[in-house]
Amino acid sequence: MANSKSAYSFAGKKQKPDTHIIVVWVDNEAGVLARVVGLFSGRGYNIESLAVAEVDQQQNISRITIVTTGTPQVVDQIKLQLKKLVPVHKVADFKREDKNVIFKEMALFKFVANNEKLNKAFEACKNFNPVILDKTNKSNVIQITALRREIDSMSKNLKKFGLVSVSRTGAVAMTRGSEIFK
Amino acid sequence: MSKLYSGAEIVFKCLEDQNVSHIFGYPGGAVLPIYDELKNFNSIKHILVRHEQGAGHAAEGYARSTGKPGVLLVTSGPGATNAVTALTDAYMDSVPLVCITGQVPTHLIGTDAFQECDTTGITRPCTKHNWLVKDINDLAEIMHKAFEVATTGRPGPVLVDIPKDIQFQKSKYKNYKKNKKLNGKSHDNFSQKNIDELINLISKAKKPIFYTGGGVINSGTKASELLRELVYATGFPITSTLQGLGCFPADDNQFLGMLGMHGTYEANNAMYSCDLMINVGARFDDRITGKIDEFSPKSKKVHIDIDPSSINKNVKVDLAIVGDIKSVLTTTLKTFKKSKKNFSKSNKSQISNWWEQIQKWRSKKSLDYIGSEETIKPQYAIERLYELTKDKDAYITTEVGQHQMWAAQHYKFNKPNRWMTSGGLGTMGYGLPAAVGVQIAHPKKLVIDIAGEASVLMTMQEMSTAVQYNLPIKIFILNNEYMGMVRQWQELLHDKNYSESYTAALPDFVKMAEAYGCIGIRAKTPDELDDKIIEMLNTDRPVIFDCLVDKQENCFPMIPSGKPHNQMLLGPKDQKEKKITGKGRTLV
Repeated sequence: MANSKSAYSFAGKKQKPDTHIIVVWVDNEAGVLARVVGLFSGRGYNIESLAVAEVDQQQNISRITIVTTGTPQVVDQIKLQLKKLVPVHKVADFKREDKNVIFKEMALFKFVANNEKLNKAFEACKNFNPVILDKTNKSNVIQITALRREIDSMSKNLKKFGLVSVSRTGAVAMTRGSEIFK
Repeated sequence: MSKLYSGAEIVFKCLEDQNVSHIFGYPGGAVLPIYDELKNFNSIKHILVRHEQGAGHAAEGYARSTGKPGVLLVTSGPGATNAVTALTDAYMDSVPLVCITGQVPTHLIGTDAFQECDTTGITRPCTKHNWLVKDINDLAEIMHKAFEVATTGRPGPVLVDIPKDIQFQKSKYKNYKKNKKLNGKSHDNFSQKNIDELINLISKAKKPIFYTGGGVINSGTKASELLRELVYATGFPITSTLQGLGCFPADDNQFLGMLGMHGTYEANNAMYSCDLMINVGARFDDRITGKIDEFSPKSKKVHIDIDPSSINKNVKVDLAIVGDIKSVLTTTLKTFKKSKKNFSKSNKSQISNWWEQIQKWRSKKSLDYIGSEETIKPQYAIERLYELTKDKDAYITTEVGQHQMWAAQHYKFNKPNRWMTSGGLGTMGYGLPAAVGVQIAHPKKLVIDIAGEASVLMTMQEMSTAVQYNLPIKIFILNNEYMGMVRQWQELLHDKNYSESYTAALPDFVKMAEAYGCIGIRAKTPDELDDKIIEMLNTDRPVIFDCLVDKQENCFPMIPSGKPHNQMLLGPKDQKEKKITGKGRTLV
């Protein structure tokens, strides 16, 4: 069997994929995250990062922020399929390059090193709003907020200052200015 | 103080308020309180199936033939998992189902209790929505919401999982008032501008075609009437998907037959060459489009669908109209009649070349087959069955495979809701239980399951249900002793290596019928076929009809998938020696 004898037609022409940030407002009820995430895995969509928490206690609304990559057609499908879910109220979609939207991720870094290196580590973080959350004479824990790729490169570059552990959140997003997404 | 009802009572109060008259089910430990309450609700009749998958397909048959939601009631664990195939089938073919499952008591959930499974987890991807009822005070609201979600927008299955302790607990029940406002998930948001654009395209088209699907049937009988009106008013040709058969009369001259992998030569060529394609309630499925990049390359495409996620999913369209077919067609017709009086006459010359071309394709007679006097050709069997039942307003269900395609090609449907077949999921074993459901909904009508011997064995146990409730369903088996469609592909594409597709050790279907307490009839030659069919039709009891057909017959015409529509394989009459070679071989 030289060739694949697939029962299905060949895939059509591929479009170029893009990174999008999808924000979903949902009822905060049991299983809602599984519905959203299951839709992504079941239909073969990609999740790069995920952040979810309740944002309105009175109306029980949670806000899910998903970073995904996909062709324009796939991203359209993601939005339309999400909107079909019963507990979903609204869906927003931002391109990562969008200047009108703020994206942030938070990371916690733990360093184990001598004082000199710990100071250098803090110095290296200073563009990303570093906060020292814990300090002993041979270790500290620093919190930073930054973009995904900045945290990526930081966690690589800080190894030399004794970085031993990284914990990070998914991206959260918000539009600039007085506008809110309806 | 208002009266308190148990959870089990509330389930039935809700079903009553939703005008449910029949439920299909199978009892078990976790639904016993509900079954206990059954005796107190006379307006609801329970149909005991023999397997939960059968309950699901029967509810599907009931729903498709009536347009009302089908209801099934099964127990926890295996009861729920057995229903999964039917739920998925209903999800793929947009059939409204409400599945009520029992669950182990709340305090046992998560402990791997006896007959416990994560029902809502398992069914999440194959339902529109599902609920685990954790509080008796939510039960009534969830039940009514379930019916609303199942029947509004693009219909589909839903599931309500009710733990046993909730079935015993008590709560108030407020009488249900049907909410006139549609829920937020149904989308009727097209504008007059969309309609004007459509009419503009219609008036300019030189090679138009209507491509209609199951959405027309789901939108109700009125939608089929409106579609007919529009098709006649335009004079355009029309083709239909497997699920859409019946929304336009199959014996009308404007109807080109079914399209797609086993569609007619004229329908597929017209789809390929058209300059305007009006998709009404179909979803550009891969069995329809073939190779996407070469799908109808020169046409403007219009897509009318209630589900926004169907638009541009597989094929990019030029004009999308999101809405219920019935309301879209109503507006279209209203506008069309105002602005284009006598359109079909005035437009005749503009599309006359197109019709000429279509007639040329038609003259290929792509559904023809080589007849025989010794053996029954399966196509001949369907033709005779059609001729002998066409005045009886029959309801036809099918299993999945060659017989299904032959039925779609050779049985002519003139009314919606008469054709129940598993298209999206392709579930072998669908037809027999579906026929049970159809016969329950239409006790006086003729219901025939056109079956293959391999498929029908998958759910054969439901014959027992048919006998118990005196349902005179007719199981018309085209018996070629093979999984015919598998055999066909192996012949054409895998060098006749018939790997595991021969059904050895078949039961004697006539004796089997007798064992079930129904009637068995066997036809072996073309001469006796008519008499035997008439004997079957005159029997007012369930019948298993064992029609021994040509074992080698293949289903043509055929687009090897991965090929565009204009490269069809025609039947042996046309292509005696032309075998599939080269690229085509790899693609089906």
